[in-house]
Amino acid sequence: MLDIEIDGKQLQVPPGSTVMEAARASGAYIPHFCYHKKLSIAANCRMCLVQVEKAPKPLPACATPVANGMKVFTHSALAVAAQRGVLEFLLINHPLDCPICDQGGECQLQDLAMGYGGTASRFRETKHVVLAKEAGPLISMREMSRCIHCTRCVRFGQEIAGVMELGMAHRNVHSEIQTFLGRSVDSELSGNMIDLCPVGALTSRPFRYSARSWELSRRQSVSPHDSLGTNLTVQVKNDRVLRVLPRENEEINECWISDKDRFSYEALNSPDRLEKPMIRVDGALREVEWNVALDYVAHALKDIAANHGAESIAALASPHSTAEELYLTQKLMRGLGSGNVDCRLRRCDFSSDGRRAGTPWLGMRISEIQDLNAALVVGSFLRKDHPLFAQRLRQLARKGGELSLVSVTGDDPLINLRARITVAPRDLVRALAGVVKAAAEQKGVAVPAGLEAVEPCEQARAVAASLVQDGKKAIFLGNVAEQLDQAGQLHALAAELSRLTGATLGFILDAANSVGGCVAGALPAGDGLNAREMFARPRKAYLLMGVEPEFDCADPGEAVAALGQADLVVAMGSFMSRAAQDYADALLPLAAFTETSGTYVSAEGRVQSVQGVCRPRGDARPGWKVLRVLGNVLELPGFGYESSEAVRDEFIPAGASFIENLDNGIDLPLAPISAASDDDGGLTRIADVPIHFADPLARRAASLQKTRDAAPPAAFLHPETLDRLGIAAETRVRVRQGSGEALLTARADAGVPPGCVRVAAAHAATASLGGMFGPIHVERA
Amino acid sequence: MAVLGAIKPILTVGWDGDAAWRLRDYVQRGGYRALKRIIEERIPAAQVIDEVKKSGLRGRGGAGFPTGLKWSFMPRDPGEKYIVCNTDEGEPGTFKDRDILRCNPHSVIEGMVIAGYAVGAARGYNYIHGEIWELYQRFEEALDEAREAGFVGRNILGSDFCFELNAHHGYGAYVCGEESGLLESIEGKKGQPRFKPPFPAAVGLYGKPTTINNTETFSAVPFVLNMGPEAYLEAGKPNNAGTKLFPVSGHVNRPGNYEVPLGTPFPVLLELAGGVRGGRKLKACIPGGSSAPVLPAEVIMDCTMDYDSIGKAGSMMGSGAVIVMDETTCMVRALERLSYFYHEESCGQCTPCREGTRWLYDIVHRIEHGAGRPEDLDLLGDLTKNIMGRTVCALGDAAAMPVQGFLRHFRDEFLYHIEKGKCLVAPEVQRAGSTFFSATV
Repeated sequence: MLDIEIDGKQLQVPPGSTVMEAARASGAYIPHFCYHKKLSIAANCRMCLVQVEKAPKPLPACATPVANGMKVFTHSALAVAAQRGVLEFLLINHPLDCPICDQGGECQLQDLAMGYGGTASRFRETKHVVLAKEAGPLISMREMSRCIHCTRCVRFGQEIAGVMELGMAHRNVHSEIQTFLGRSVDSELSGNMIDLCPVGALTSRPFRYSARSWELSRRQSVSPHDSLGTNLTVQVKNDRVLRVLPRENEEINECWISDKDRFSYEALNSPDRLEKPMIRVDGALREVEWNVALDYVAHALKDIAANHGAESIAALASPHSTAEELYLTQKLMRGLGSGNVDCRLRRCDFSSDGRRAGTPWLGMRISEIQDLNAALVVGSFLRKDHPLFAQRLRQLARKGGELSLVSVTGDDPLINLRARITVAPRDLVRALAGVVKAAAEQKGVAVPAGLEAVEPCEQARAVAASLVQDGKKAIFLGNVAEQLDQAGQLHALAAELSRLTGATLGFILDAANSVGGCVAGALPAGDGLNAREMFARPRKAYLLMGVEPEFDCADPGEAVAALGQADLVVAMGSFMSRAAQDYADALLPLAAFTETSGTYVSAEGRVQSVQGVCRPRGDARPGWKVLRVLGNVLELPGFGYESSEAVRDEFIPAGASFIENLDNGIDLPLAPISAASDDDGGLTRIADVPIHFADPLARRAASLQKTRDAAPPAAFLHPETLDRLGIAAETRVRVRQGSGEALLTARADAGVPPGCVRVAAAHAATASLGGMFGPIHVERA
Repeated sequence: MAVLGAIKPILTVGWDGDAAWRLRDYVQRGGYRALKRIIEERIPAAQVIDEVKKSGLRGRGGAGFPTGLKWSFMPRDPGEKYIVCNTDEGEPGTFKDRDILRCNPHSVIEGMVIAGYAVGAARGYNYIHGEIWELYQRFEEALDEAREAGFVGRNILGSDFCFELNAHHGYGAYVCGEESGLLESIEGKKGQPRFKPPFPAAVGLYGKPTTINNTETFSAVPFVLNMGPEAYLEAGKPNNAGTKLFPVSGHVNRPGNYEVPLGTPFPVLLELAGGVRGGRKLKACIPGGSSAPVLPAEVIMDCTMDYDSIGKAGSMMGSGAVIVMDETTCMVRALERLSYFYHEESCGQCTPCREGTRWLYDIVHRIEHGAGRPEDLDLLGDLTKNIMGRTVCALGDAAAMPVQGFLRHFRDEFLYHIEKGKCLVAPEVQRAGSTFFSATV
């Protein structure tokens, strides 16, 4: 440890600390703009100049390493003179348009100008003007004259997002932050640049001019999207959510959030919101009061149970729901006598059910990821499925850790990879088996039975070599690995690889309550039907909790057909959808994210309960209350809850911050694998779930829907495959799966394995198609 | 090249004729003898550094840092290291390095190879600025000759010492002459200086220990070793060893490069350059490149051309570029031009330089154009203080020092400008002294 004295206060700091870090530790504030604890040191704003004993000139605190016995004065005459001088320079070309600037009230430059600025300017020359830039639908760069060139946004792109989308062009006072020619800012983490910008140069386009920061009340919440459990600050004015910002939590999201977390709130105020209960009367949906709607639903459910048996009722719940909603959905179904409950919407292989040792989870804490020496991710559209997991893995690679990918497309993770295998979905098991076999050979142990015929490729050996080395290692299974029809085998192989290499096995999991749903028991019970079976063997009645089966299910065509033939479909959700107008017999408006209390259990098993931060829209009610009343109307026992906490305490021990007994073990024999797949020449679909279509909330967020990530689906094929089919790129093609078809534009993409067609799921244009990784036909339209 | 009387040149000997730059000519003049001796006698690297240290050779780029000491900062342990030569001379008035490349590129190559040997580097780059394209090509040609003769490349002169040398050209940004901006530029990045510490000897090119010296410094190394450190030291005066090239420009009869021993009186140098043009009176002189504070005639005439004397007079020897101004010069106009240069060449990275250099220019420009205000001179003084010592690199200081120098010695001219809105030196006098106007009028 090094001794340092800051403003007369003695303290000790670890070697390698900077004066800025030491000052933070001592509680002294040093003004700064370009310094950010998560970004590299630029030392360009010069605001943090401080006096250091024996140094002839003031030194930047952010870039000056602490030397033993150093004496620092942050507010001496010399330091303050330097800071004032820098602030004067920063202000001369700044427009000082605070009254019309969106950053007003939460602007670092404004704050420091109060502390260090003069009362009048000595600058009497012409101010420099910077023309507006176009950066896409999320970030506004209309007033770039405000920019103070701290380059935080540039460094964020290079270091955190992994892609440099903003840079500083030109030199001297003509320096400008701008996008690359003709490009916009498309990173899925781009919104963080708005937070990083210390002035009003980069502002939130959706939020601009809607409120002043001091008019907003700040409430804590947790993201309902991916499985990270991102902590949010939701800002509310007049019961409307106007802005969402990251709430710093070093163990989870650090100080970042994805654009989906940040901008999906727009959907809360969308015209699609369901505000009144509705029931189908004479073929048409009519608005009714809650008691009428609940009576209707209760009677219909009772009738069907009485006439066709309780097993003719099935419930499907979205893993984006709160754990309480998931719990009460299954409790209601159990009460009715049906075990047909599931929340694993896009899964189609359930061979591991009954063979898992416990609830699948990440296998470690999120904060441990970046300290791994090596990691392998299997079957994931990493950046788009899990932007902040990808960010953690990026930091792992930046620190010298090795990341390898085995997946179905060549999408760029914006991470330097140790090795990568890209194969058609049907070969994913074989590819992972190759890694297992290579690992066994490198370890000098027996090759697991069934893998004798497998030939590991060079990349598989590289992946194995990365995993057999000493240190902390992990294998993560992504969304694709769970959605494939061989999910069970992938799980078993990954478990084998984990056993061989000592790497931790984990599931990244797709939704905010993927773990919570399992903990709440929203899974088939007894001989209950799972998410696939309940549509493959159509039921008489369906209860949908926050699900839009036309987008959210593994085979939406099959799901919608099953819903169409049912006698009763009760759709509980926050939004009206066009498909629901056809299949739903009762629509019950639920309070959306931010409007209801509830609990999320993240991939790492962390339990986070949140309060509602504003009143539900219209007559919408929190899901747990709706289910409670429905239980009461049905006269089911045990539905007398006073609060959502009382619901939670039934399945999560009170006060628990982490779920215990999570386990990724599996007892599933490995099926023998042949050396090569029997390629019948047919095409296979690769369906990604585009980041901004992944759940009902994101689908209705207007600004997110304008981003490049929300472009309508196209059919991406390998150029060779296009040639073989005689299809020219950029022409219209008809893709068919079963009875469903879609008209799309064919695009060449060398990242798609030959023989495959990448067609996104979860979009209206492709909703009538079948399985996500099933056979598909493509022909010229 | 005019070298007169008792002055004994070292670097520029034999710079006559069109073929002086060729390998054959250089070897005939005794070139590569130092390298051969080092290789053949297997002189330890530490001894080479020691000899350079003893010679008192100081960096010729501007800062005058002792070369041997700089070399000794390089880590001793083996590993990737680099030698970089800075031929990005972009400061107004400085044009010595390009003549070295024009007339004697092999001395630079030999100096760099010896430096590589001394610090244990196996690769070097010579960064040549983009405006002297034909000299960049000439250096490449010289490199080819040296490579073919076995002075550069693998197993130099049959030994196990390998040193690969490449030329790299920039595009003319002044800030790329700042050593860390130059390293960034070689790496293919925008030429923005790095914050120091760490210094290049610890973290340099591609993050590896790097020694970076000026062209003239490398060029002097073979001569230092050939004549012996003591003889080189004695060629100048204590603390100011050897000879130096002085590029003399401005209002003299024979502008050009003059090699004189350090410690040569300024009047001698002025006489070598043919004296003040048209027999006019000397008004002022910038003694060390445009960033050095200007000195009025009576001060500079008492100076000797060396680090100590010029430093004592309140300026600095810098790159040795001497800009001579006669009595027809308007000092406000001269400063306006200099301030424009520093504003234009600021990389824009750090606040005081980006904003301050422009502000300085704006004010001087206003004064020159009759819109000066009484408070302007105090403001200029204040701003230079707010820039100096507060920037990432020395460009901020380089922009501030001329302003301070001009205001210190020629404040009355600025005041006259502000009060009367016109030059103290009458326009017709300025015009008479200008080749630009005399050519057009």
